Amino acid sequence: MNGGVIKYERDNIDTDVIIPGPYLKIHDYNELAKHAMEGLDKDFHSKVKEGDFIVAGRNFGCGSSREHAPIALAYSGIKAVLALSFARIFYRNAVDGAFLLPIEIDENTYNNISDKDSLEIDTEKNEIKNLTKNQTYKMKPFSDLIGKIIAAGGLFNYKP
Amino acid sequence: MNITEKILARAAGKTSISPDDVVFVNVDKVMVHDVSGPGVIAVFEKLKKKGMKIEKLWDASKVWVAEDHFVPSADMVSAQNIVLLSEFTKQFGISKHFKYGMGQYGICHTLSHEEAMVLPGEVYVGGDSHTNTTGALGAFAAGLGHTDIAYVLLNGKIWFKVPKTLYFKLNGKLPNHVMAKDFILKIIGDIGTDGAAYKTIQFGGNGISEMSIEERLTLTNMTTEAGAKSGIIEPDQKTRDYLDIRGAIKYDEVHSDIDAQYEEIYEYEASELEPIVAKPFSPENIAEARDLTTTALDKAYIGSCTGAKYEDLQAVARILKGRHVKIRTEILPAAISIFRKAMDEGLIKIFMDAGAVVGPPTCGACCGAHMGVLAKDEVCISTTNRNFPGRMGHVESKTYLASPLVVAASAVNGKITDPRDLK
Repeated sequence: MNGGVIKYERDNIDTDVIIPGPYLKIHDYNELAKHAMEGLDKDFHSKVKEGDFIVAGRNFGCGSSREHAPIALAYSGIKAVLALSFARIFYRNAVDGAFLLPIEIDENTYNNISDKDSLEIDTEKNEIKNLTKNQTYKMKPFSDLIGKIIAAGGLFNYKP
Repeated sequence: MNITEKILARAAGKTSISPDDVVFVNVDKVMVHDVSGPGVIAVFEKLKKKGMKIEKLWDASKVWVAEDHFVPSADMVSAQNIVLLSEFTKQFGISKHFKYGMGQYGICHTLSHEEAMVLPGEVYVGGDSHTNTTGALGAFAAGLGHTDIAYVLLNGKIWFKVPKTLYFKLNGKLPNHVMAKDFILKIIGDIGTDGAAYKTIQFGGNGISEMSIEERLTLTNMTTEAGAKSGIIEPDQKTRDYLDIRGAIKYDEVHSDIDAQYEEIYEYEASELEPIVAKPFSPENIAEARDLTTTALDKAYIGSCTGAKYEDLQAVARILKGRHVKIRTEILPAAISIFRKAMDEGLIKIFMDAGAVVGPPTCGACCGAHMGVLAKDEVCISTTNRNFPGRMGHVESKTYLASPLVVAASAVNGKITDPRDLK
């Protein structure tokens, strides 16, 4: 996976800013994408490109169980969110619905990646290459079951 | 094993289980509402396009449906969602569908206990993050997204990583001016919004034994705001009495073993707790109400699964009786059964005499959906559960979270007010 970075240097980016409450009634995924990150970054929709990654701090996706959150990001083109940690429902929604990869990174990696950097992510080697800065970081490997669900392409394709 | 581990072990068909084990568990009850329901329907449509046949659910008798987020229909899209939901329950033979305008209906989490939909010892999943609420009855209760709920509806099971448990012990009975809301806000302030991430919060101690079921439900409800997978309280005689009058007498209680393990134990003295307010823009951003008395307000909102149960309304009535509100005050009981009781017991008259408006049960403005959302720069004090930017309306509106007593006292003064300081 190759893509550019949209970095938000903050913790607790919650589902209310990822996709605000009034849009919960919408189930047209492309329409939801138009409002992704609206509560935090009005320019997100115009600047996001297919294949981009979001980089953020602790507890990304906290708040509600709305699957609209990973859906809105995925249909905006986001392929992975790299964060110091994730809220549990966002994490499992992203994986079970096969919308995007929630990748846990450490403080050092978080500090080294800048907005607009180009990254290459290799989930088999658990490596993140920063093509802009010519650096390589380790990502936290997915746990056994999560890795299997990702490999299967979502929970419905996974055979326990 | 503790109560959560024992419930999950039983549901996974295992004799023993440990934190961090990943297990598929059999589910006893499933809830969807007017946001997660259409989400599930969209997942089903996607699966059908891929060639999957979906003709029936794993067990329609274990599924129940609430209409709460966008009722009364806020606009044509939400009206259409209600139609979609009705077609869905008809198609799959789900008889427990609480419809707006047809007798009992209300916020899904409120119905879960008002209607005794969930019982001690059960595994309950709902398409909403505050599903944790019903853990106060001694069930494992956790929120899931649309895909996971769709999976449960077809397979009757779902995976969980067995959570570590944080045990919060309350010593002594809460003083009259302090409510469960103050206790849980204090906890969230102490451990942070990810302080219990992926974990279970269990409440116990004689302070919890003293507490009513509705107050316990406020505690488990907001474990979500600490990032918890679930919140739980061991069932006792109060639980049994609460369920008994609601017609539920047969269930299989689970209790922690004497040698149960907890990752950490926290102790609080009830007598030391104060009325607490969470300032914008996070439930962890707490202060004592007495330190915020200069904060001017535009509106008081009394609603939601967190703060519009019958006892919450009683607390509000205690304050509003014989007084007048100085700011817009909106009171939305959390279910029709609660609304009716409030009417029968004279609370609605007290509210209206005080100048407040009383509205129908709905999630409404709690999630910024409709029915009283905030304008730019408006400041609201609310009995609800979240105050992230834009949660109740405009991104530049502000919400302070507090107990029903504090919200009502603040409505009377127009500024944040500790109920003890009300003239």
